[in-house]
Amino acid sequence: MAEQAIPAEVLEAAGPTLLPARGVDLRRSARLGLTAGGVAVFVSANGMVEAFSKRDIVGPISLGYAMLLGVALGFGYLAGRPPQVLQGFAAPRPGWRNLVGGLLAGAVAGAVMAVFLVLIATFEVRRIFLNIGPELVREAPRLLTVGQDLGPGLALIFGLATALGGLAGTLHLLRERWRRAVLAAVLWVVLFGLLASVVIQVLRGIQTQLRLWTAPIADVLYAGGALSVAGVALVAAAAFGASLLRTSGRRRRPLRRRLDQLPDTSRRLVRVAVLAVLLLGLGLLPQILGSFLSEVLNIAGIFLLMALGLNIVVGFAGLLDLGYVAFFAVGAYTTALLISPQSSLGLGWVFWAAVPFVILASAVAGLMVGTPVLRMRGDYLAIVTLGFGEIARLLFLSDWLKPVFGGAQGIIRIRDITIGPVELRGPQAFFYAIFLFVLLATYITYALQDSRIGRAWAAMREDESVAEAMGVNIVVAKLSAFVVGAMLAGFGGALFATKIGSIFPHSFNVIVSITVLVVIIVGGMASVPGVVVGALVLVGLPELLREFEEYRFLLYGALLIFMMVNRPEGFIPSGRRAQELHEEDMAQDAWLRERAADEREADVTAPAPRKAGEG
Amino acid sequence: MAQNSLTPKGPLATKRALQLPLVDGFLWLVRIAAIAVILVGAYNSLISMRLSGQQWRDLVVFGLAQGSVYALIALGYTMVYGVLRFINFAHGEVFMIGAMTGFFVSDALARTPLWLTQPFLALLIVLICCMTVSALVALLLERVAYRPLRGLPRLVPFITAIGASFFLQYAIAGLFGVGVKSYPGVPALSGSFTFLGFRILKVHLLVIVVAVVMMAGLYLYIEKTKAGRAMRAVAEDQETARLMGIDVDQTIARVFAVGGALAGAAGLLFGLVFGNVNFFSGFLPGIKAFTAAVLGGIGNPIGAMLGGLTLGSVESLGPSLVLVGLDIPSAHQLKDVVAFAALVLVLIFRPTGILGERVSEERG
Repeated sequence: MAEQAIPAEVLEAAGPTLLPARGVDLRRSARLGLTAGGVAVFVSANGMVEAFSKRDIVGPISLGYAMLLGVALGFGYLAGRPPQVLQGFAAPRPGWRNLVGGLLAGAVAGAVMAVFLVLIATFEVRRIFLNIGPELVREAPRLLTVGQDLGPGLALIFGLATALGGLAGTLHLLRERWRRAVLAAVLWVVLFGLLASVVIQVLRGIQTQLRLWTAPIADVLYAGGALSVAGVALVAAAAFGASLLRTSGRRRRPLRRRLDQLPDTSRRLVRVAVLAVLLLGLGLLPQILGSFLSEVLNIAGIFLLMALGLNIVVGFAGLLDLGYVAFFAVGAYTTALLISPQSSLGLGWVFWAAVPFVILASAVAGLMVGTPVLRMRGDYLAIVTLGFGEIARLLFLSDWLKPVFGGAQGIIRIRDITIGPVELRGPQAFFYAIFLFVLLATYITYALQDSRIGRAWAAMREDESVAEAMGVNIVVAKLSAFVVGAMLAGFGGALFATKIGSIFPHSFNVIVSITVLVVIIVGGMASVPGVVVGALVLVGLPELLREFEEYRFLLYGALLIFMMVNRPEGFIPSGRRAQELHEEDMAQDAWLRERAADEREADVTAPAPRKAGEG
Repeated sequence: MAQNSLTPKGPLATKRALQLPLVDGFLWLVRIAAIAVILVGAYNSLISMRLSGQQWRDLVVFGLAQGSVYALIALGYTMVYGVLRFINFAHGEVFMIGAMTGFFVSDALARTPLWLTQPFLALLIVLICCMTVSALVALLLERVAYRPLRGLPRLVPFITAIGASFFLQYAIAGLFGVGVKSYPGVPALSGSFTFLGFRILKVHLLVIVVAVVMMAGLYLYIEKTKAGRAMRAVAEDQETARLMGIDVDQTIARVFAVGGALAGAAGLLFGLVFGNVNFFSGFLPGIKAFTAAVLGGIGNPIGAMLGGLTLGSVESLGPSLVLVGLDIPSAHQLKDVVAFAALVLVLIFRPTGILGERVSEERG
């Protein structure tokens, strides 16, 4: 992200010899407008706007409308943004072009949308496009024309899109600090609107569990499940203020450094206190969240477990495994066979007795998949593992192995996990089991990351031949990555089986592998915090907002493309991985920073360059 | 290994010298087991005479028809791989979109008298629509998803392609519904005739003929035209091709368009043979066609054709020949297992394909 990494001041500081850069390119704005129109038409035609129109997020604005408004605002913002600053050019001055760029994009998008509306109002296309129903434009709610007739509706849409585009374009006239504050405010308002049910539940839960008076806050913020006017004002003001404070320049020393300077005993005390508070919070979490949100968290937790495992295979070792669901299935079936009294083995063990066998079975599965693909690289490996995953699913499904695995009927009556006499029944109790395993997986990940084998993986990921030449044992490194990854997925499968209580081969579709892959790619390969956030957002959010379910994989696909084109290192990247993917950018930034520093030494009055962006 | 001064020494080398034979031994074991399973199964089922000669011949014809569809799709994979060295995972979806287009256009045409009076003209129209739409989708894909990523590590565009594949699938599901779309019947294509003891359905004949014509056309296009020569040059060496004045971007776009058009044609043929299509129809044929491309030696169009026909026959004959012989119940349920097993075995043991031109371990 060179354009973010080099703040304008740096370039100005680089000296008067720089050529002025061009401002906003209007042709690009028009193109962005066309794209925006296409996106708006697409989400209208595939029924997203309609499906999301039932959930109000901010006042009367439903999620569906918010999406359309967001398209206009987002693309207007992009269209008004000055182009990337190249080496040797000064940053362009903000001016009327930013506004016009945004306006133009908005107008083009509005026009495209208007044409679409006229078309679907005149032609009956429902036979082909199933989701373009009469209620979009012709009949009662008239969703897309905001309840108006076609004529006024078109004018309204066009005007609104243009205005919003322009508004977003003018944001670039603000100084960066203020612009960030505005963006933060918008983002937080949307977030609070989207997560209304979570925020309300948490605030109420805190009141009932901890007897703090937090429930009235929920009543002030929300009215009828959507942010009220007061809520918008409060959230926006808080986010705006926080952003301004954060960028105020008089930055205090980072917390961590201040902690490091404390004497040993107090440091230990702080650490213990933090840990205690964290554990207390996590212990109370399921009670505060209630049973539905705990369930959502559990599902996200199972995927997180798998994602941590795949992170080792893909993120650390660089082996793209698309059949990862096979290990998940092996774990689930092993558990089910051993602890369900109705399985073909009919043993009916307790969960913990099955755990060693789950480890064993998934390790063997990992070896079986890993050994044949030892000599493969990259995409061929991905396809072979995909083949393995599908074979596993088809075998579990087949009539041939039905006496063992139960065929399409699967295995039912899998018993709950017990700890001594206590049964972990219900999502709130189950949370603790999942949390335990996630903690274990996180520990394993961190422990392996900097171990000898972790460094061998990193070397192998960067260049296999060189790593081998340097004495990394490729066979051991690859197989151990597969085995560790398989074991974590096996744990995920075991928990999944006991959580659901019955397993069917259809749960182990290739789509699970893809979901896990999306989680680690969006979160950031090889970065544990990224994977955690990725799992919570990408798996938790669709569970929370049920209407997303139908469009979940559409969004995953779009996200994968977007991430690879724009941010291949993920949103919360691991430093090393980002370096691999952006070597050239990094080199260029370093050169520019150096040069700016040299100039500054020569001219002391120049403003100090800030630390380069977060990328 | 010859004992000379270059042989690695020391504890690590000894360990590795012990490990490699283990892995190799395992692979040999898999190889021998696979061959044994195939031989025993084939022997048993041939001895048991559970299927008559006529049924075997039917299976062969069906395998060839199916295989020519795979071959057409495989051409798209192989051409893109030849030029860009990456697996266009979304190619199966381009094929599915062709089949979808085929459904909508033929559904519309089936309401007109043209469908009965001039069925082949109608089908030609449908074919052109399918090819155009698929080619456009492939072009769009290249422009939006792949072009910005050229030159990055090979896994980056591959992951993008996975994303594109799912995006296209669920975009189609959202726009046109998830239901199965049934092709209208073509009266002129119902029925069969017998040729040299083979009973051939007319649909299958049409599919094979169209596929052969397409492949011949493609062969001429690649070998004889200027654009085809440009493609071969770009496949050989992009930088040199650029220096020779070839517009590399345009050539690559053209490769995608041609591959997409062939996939679109395959989509229509698939619809005619199997009768229905839904948003997920592209996944399995896509994977199988990729297997076919590898089987024939990826990057090699002739190989893709051979690989497609081979894989189609294996998939059609495999369950009856091998699995029935092993007394596996409802063997046809496992037809996809056969295809995937073929995929895995081919990729592990013969990644260079039958014709063995390219090496899968090339550095990317």
